[in-house]
Amino acid sequence: MQPLEDLKAAIKEALPGLDFVIGWENGWNPLLATPLFMYSPEDVDKLTWGPFNVNNPATYLSGLKGKKIGVVVKGCDSRSVVQLLQEKLIRREDLTLFGMPCTGVVDATKIARKVGDLGMISGAKRTNGTLSVTTHEGSVDIPWEEAAADKCLSCQYPNAIISDHFKGDPLPPTLGRDPAAEQLAALEALAPAELFAHWKDAMDRCIRCYACRNACPMCVCRDHCIAQTRDPHWLSQDDTVKEKLMFQMIHSLHLAGRCTECGECQRACPVDIPILALRRKLNSVVKNLFDYQAGVDPSAVPPLFTFQVEEAKINERGW
Amino acid sequence: MESSMYLPEASLDAWLAELASSHELIVPRREGDAIVFGPYDPSVSPDISRDATAPPKSSVFPACEEIMRYTSVKDTDDLSKTLVHMEEVMPSGSRVVFGARPCGTRGFTVYDRVFDAPAMHDPYYVARRQSTLFVTLACSEAGSACFCHWVGSGPADASGSDVLLVPVKGGWLAEGVSDKGRELLSSPLLTPGEKYAGEAKAAKAKAMESLDSAADLKPAPEALLAVFDDMEFWNRMSAKCISCGACTYLCPTCYCFNITDENKGMEGSRLRTWDNCMSFQFTLEASGHNPRPTKAHRLKNRVGHKFSYYPGLHGGAIACCGCGRCIKSCPAGVDIRQIVLAAMDRAKASRQGNTTGEHA
Ligand code: SF4
Ligand code: SF4
Ligand code: SF4
Ligand code: SF4
Repeated sequence: MQPLEDLKAAIKEALPGLDFVIGWENGWNPLLATPLFMYSPEDVDKLTWGPFNVNNPATYLSGLKGKKIGVVVKGCDSRSVVQLLQEKLIRREDLTLFGMPCTGVVDATKIARKVGDLGMISGAKRTNGTLSVTTHEGSVDIPWEEAAADKCLSCQYPNAIISDHFKGDPLPPTLGRDPAAEQLAALEALAPAELFAHWKDAMDRCIRCYACRNACPMCVCRDHCIAQTRDPHWLSQDDTVKEKLMFQMIHSLHLAGRCTECGECQRACPVDIPILALRRKLNSVVKNLFDYQAGVDPSAVPPLFTFQVEEAKINERGW
Repeated sequence: MESSMYLPEASLDAWLAELASSHELIVPRREGDAIVFGPYDPSVSPDISRDATAPPKSSVFPACEEIMRYTSVKDTDDLSKTLVHMEEVMPSGSRVVFGARPCGTRGFTVYDRVFDAPAMHDPYYVARRQSTLFVTLACSEAGSACFCHWVGSGPADASGSDVLLVPVKGGWLAEGVSDKGRELLSSPLLTPGEKYAGEAKAAKAKAMESLDSAADLKPAPEALLAVFDDMEFWNRMSAKCISCGACTYLCPTCYCFNITDENKGMEGSRLRTWDNCMSFQFTLEASGHNPRPTKAHRLKNRVGHKFSYYPGLHGGAIACCGCGRCIKSCPAGVDIRQIVLAAMDRAKASRQGNTTGEHA
């Protein structure tokens, strides 16, 4: 793949001025690439690009202050970078961004629904509209729409929004379904008691590992998260569903209007709880109130970082 | 009674119902896209199609257990005094855990050496452990994250189990492992199993063959000590780790816990909850000092504990069953096998005066 070779050459050229460059390499499973930290030209040779580059490398950035970092980004990853820059959580001069046009990544959970144990997969290959997955029982062809991450089916930003080195021809936005919006609409249609029952049922299996929090590029308190402080004591150690759901509320509220819907929180959840819907809900509220979408315009001021004396859509007086 | 009985697949639900009538029965259940252990529900068949997302560890070592309750009351004779009433909460009842794989059950043997030993007797753990029976399902095919054979186990390992079910035509050969396990096999739903013995043996051998050749971990304990202060190595090994708790909470051998008092007004509970060494709070001291300030220090502990410090304390036993859950469930794709191999390489290379091991 020529653009990938060009990208590798650009990374090798930039590497001497950087601490390292973050990208992806093949992982333990053919379906899942894994983050690659490139320190040497030999490391760059391991770089992969394609439907298995699921992880969002922007997750690492806020923890790498003071370093000169290169990052290879998909379009959606670049939105996280933009939002982090808008919030001044990282510095543009410390970053070198590398990009290529993205045609979508897989959702391992959807694939597991078709083939069962991911550990039994011995091969995976995408050819246009199909993902072929090989297990010890043979090969299964999965239509791409049923294998891809929801966000990819209607991706508006398949090319890095900002980059220093972009290789390959930019792609137009994808005009497919938005299954996550459909899922959110279905939840919104539920009566409050049913909705509460839905979340009680889903959150029951939460193991409180906080992978959802730590995978989130915009969740930057990390070691100092209020979920684990004793004072204030927002959450107890008791593993009731109430505490578990309360943390999801905290995370969703802290991400309102900041979340770029990269989906890492839900993907990281080891017990596959469909928690992205909560973030989508809060984002739709912010979109309606402030007509704002996170991480698409480096010069925009996020709505919760400013205020208008008279907000256009908030009726503060005149009740 | 025979020590091996045949359990036809068609009788499984009936046998489970029978077990549930005399014990609390815990089975792998499909919840959403995950498989987790929970109470048996006669209207839903357990999901034994693959190894469960979470191991059965919470059946004996719950994610959260109340170990004591307390209430503060004013002394009516002297209102300047407060009396505290305490009530111990001990586990009771008997449980059967059905459908764990050998690696999940073997995890308890790692706990036994810690919680039920001459040096330490944890009454809560021991009470649950002694009243819980494991009917384990031998694996017929290993997956690519499995490495049970590296740590001295295998797809038909019966350690920690009371009954081992080996898949044979139309059902399982149920092998009694312990006396209590053999008692479970006295049900009329099971029939004598001698004629399946050959088939079961072949199934075990076939499962073993589905694993690649095992790495030799003998040098691991020493190698991990040799690279203990090599922070460049640990920084690189942990670069992609996001420092969550997925690996440890899903690990059948991780047993660290936290104790907290949760007050609600004048009363409260003392809780024991899972802790995990990948968390910043794990060794955070009251002064604010943290001897493991970075994820590199913490990942070093997770790997070091399992493959070096624990074996050093417990006669060489590795505190990992090779189930691969920490690999499969890691959101960042951290592979503990690679880290152990890289540490062995690194230690060997530095002994030979060369600082870059081939996996590092
Ligand atoms: S909340 Fe979830 S979808 Fe939103 S930015 Fe964080 S990880 Fe991405
Ligand atoms: S990642 Fe999933 S299991 Fe872990 S805390 Fe978040 S919701 Fe719970
Ligand atoms: S190794 Fe993986 S699962 Fe464990 S703390 Fe790191 S990111 Fe989380
Ligand atoms: S360390 Fe990983 S492979 Fe070993 S027992 Fe724990 S989860 Fe399984």
